[in-house]
Amino acid sequence: MKIAVASGKGGTGKSTFAANLALSLSKSNDVVLVDCDVEEPNLHLFFDAEHEESEVTVPVPVVDPGKCTFCGKCGDFCQYGAITVLKDDILILMDLCHSCGGCRIVCPYDAITEVPRVIGKVRDSQPDEHLRLVTGVLNEGETHAPVVIQMAKALAGSTPTPAGAVFEHQFRELVCSMADVTIYDSSPGIACPVIETVEGADYVVLVTESTPFGIHDLELAIGVVEKLGIPAGVVINRSDGLDEMTEELCRRHSLEIIMRIPFDRRIAGVQNRGGLFSQDMPEWQGRFTDLYHHIRETGGGGA
Amino acid sequence: MKICVTAKGDSLDSQAEMRFGRSPFFIVIDEESGASSAIKNEYADAAGGVGPRSAQVLISNGVQVLITGQLGGNAQRAIEAAGIEVYQYRSDGTVNDALKQYRDGSLTRIL
Amino acid sequence: MKRIAVISGKGGTGKTMVCAALAAIFPPDLVLGDCDVDASNLGLIFQPEIISRSPYYGLKVAEIDQDTCTRCGSCEEHCRFGAIRSQEGEFLVDSIRCEGCSVCTLVCPKEAVSMVQKVNGELYYSNTRIAPLSHARLEPGSGTSGLLVREVRKQADERDGDRAFFLSDGPPGIGCPLIATVTGMDAVLIVTEPSLSGLHDLKRVVTVAEGFGVTIFVAINKYTLEEEIATRIEDYCVERGLHVVGKIPFDPTVIESIRNGRPVTDYDSPAADAIRRMWEEIAEIWVNT
Repeated sequence: MKIAVASGKGGTGKSTFAANLALSLSKSNDVVLVDCDVEEPNLHLFFDAEHEESEVTVPVPVVDPGKCTFCGKCGDFCQYGAITVLKDDILILMDLCHSCGGCRIVCPYDAITEVPRVIGKVRDSQPDEHLRLVTGVLNEGETHAPVVIQMAKALAGSTPTPAGAVFEHQFRELVCSMADVTIYDSSPGIACPVIETVEGADYVVLVTESTPFGIHDLELAIGVVEKLGIPAGVVINRSDGLDEMTEELCRRHSLEIIMRIPFDRRIAGVQNRGGLFSQDMPEWQGRFTDLYHHIRETGGGGA
Repeated sequence: MKICVTAKGDSLDSQAEMRFGRSPFFIVIDEESGASSAIKNEYADAAGGVGPRSAQVLISNGVQVLITGQLGGNAQRAIEAAGIEVYQYRSDGTVNDALKQYRDGSLTRIL
Repeated sequence: MKRIAVISGKGGTGKTMVCAALAAIFPPDLVLGDCDVDASNLGLIFQPEIISRSPYYGLKVAEIDQDTCTRCGSCEEHCRFGAIRSQEGEFLVDSIRCEGCSVCTLVCPKEAVSMVQKVNGELYYSNTRIAPLSHARLEPGSGTSGLLVREVRKQADERDGDRAFFLSDGPPGIGCPLIATVTGMDAVLIVTEPSLSGLHDLKRVVTVAEGFGVTIFVAINKYTLEEEIATRIEDYCVERGLHVVGKIPFDPTVIESIRNGRPVTDYDSPAADAIRRMWEEIAEIWVNT
């Protein structure tokens, strides 16, 4: 089963939830945890282990000056303004390029080829016998987070590799034909990286907090899962008991509140120092396991 | 030499436009012949890559001097690579007014 | 115009709270922005009165005319974004995945594909009791949030470019919306929190910000929750030559102020005091130079 953990607002405790769920389930299942928050991946901070690594590249154009006649067709075609054709030179703004390959197709002189450009990496580690952690990392200054997310999910064995992409590093074995549960930890927000993460999941856990910001952004995130038509449930983190507005929102969207994690400085402290509270407070492992079974029975569908 | 002024309309009497990439028209004036022509900017309402694509229009039309209000970063990179000089005009006047100020040497060169 | 954005790397460190509090004590002649278009929250504090709204069109997306299409599959083969899928013999465009590159129009032998405009959100210009606010709403599930950020920035520039200051809330992360936010700023205030994740994410966003040559200020929010890690963050900043301009204590008034839709500086509280002192530090370095 594939469970995605998302939230509109940042810092609501997605990674906390995902890490504790993974740890708890790994006591009796083979679990793959995938850090799809490639802009700011954090899960490795909770699971210290050696990793193997492979670069993620995207194809970008280079122009052969011997063949180019400066006809301007490539610049004219590029929808992103990445190519400007000067009198006797071609200016390519790499950060605007989306790697669509159109310029190569449109060039009448075969003057354009594509070369790989590194934009990030994916890592595979095994912090525990029954737990694999796959992490996607977007390099600083790069913008194409969805490609790195795709590669991380592909390494986790749960989706095919994107067209033309290869792992230059030979990983032990593609991680996870053996997994019982795959957990995707998403970035905050509601834009393309979140879609890339959540797509293909059997169930989405939306982690929120009962503040006006949390509620406002939860509603946006609900919009995303409704649009994609994936079953979902809500976890209220740092609950101080004042959850009426969140409850009301969930009722309106027929979403079940599947867990409440109370505001507790002990939990916050463990988390801040890179620990996992379900390890220090083992009663939570049972709660996370029960939650998983509940998800399977009520909404998860897929095996 | 060809000078381009960004404009809200298609003539020398149209109001000059502050924006570059989203300027509705580019008025191109040929200093030698005195002729002027208006190019409708088909990228004015486009979503992405507007700056460099508009820059491409100027480059393809052989413009050497651009008079506009402000230039985005990507447009700047393309304009700079093409060696086009850019002067800033930020008043509400017409294209003719901008040209006059340019000829008087009272516009600041920003690129 | 001097421009500053409040960013964080890690989400949920208190960016919006700090940005709203700063706005309330900023010198006049200010225009506000909310570049966190995915989850725009500054408005929840300032109850903006919208005075103009305009549709935001993202990149165009492909549409296939099924009557002209001969089912050759060339579009699907060439699409690098997985946006074209065959379903019961028909090729369909997944408009969420389509990035508008137009390659499919190029490779279609029958001209069955056209690019159509699609509304991806809305751009707003509003009045607030503090200053005008340029903000936006992204349609859930849309791409191109970076482009919408640029629209927010442009709107502020065009309408209020003659004001002295632009203060904007920013997005979390280091990707496309963040880069669109930081481009062309004079300074950024990075709000972090005393956790290992906070420190890890701080380092990544600092690397990105340094690439833009902006002045970097750092504020440690809720520092009293984990003073040892707060100290490690300070040490890192000193070593990296960054200005730590503020340490804001954990303060229940913050949540109360947000629940009441007010900036925390409207209250007499330890967090508000810390933010006032922080602004003096920023002003000293940034405004008076």
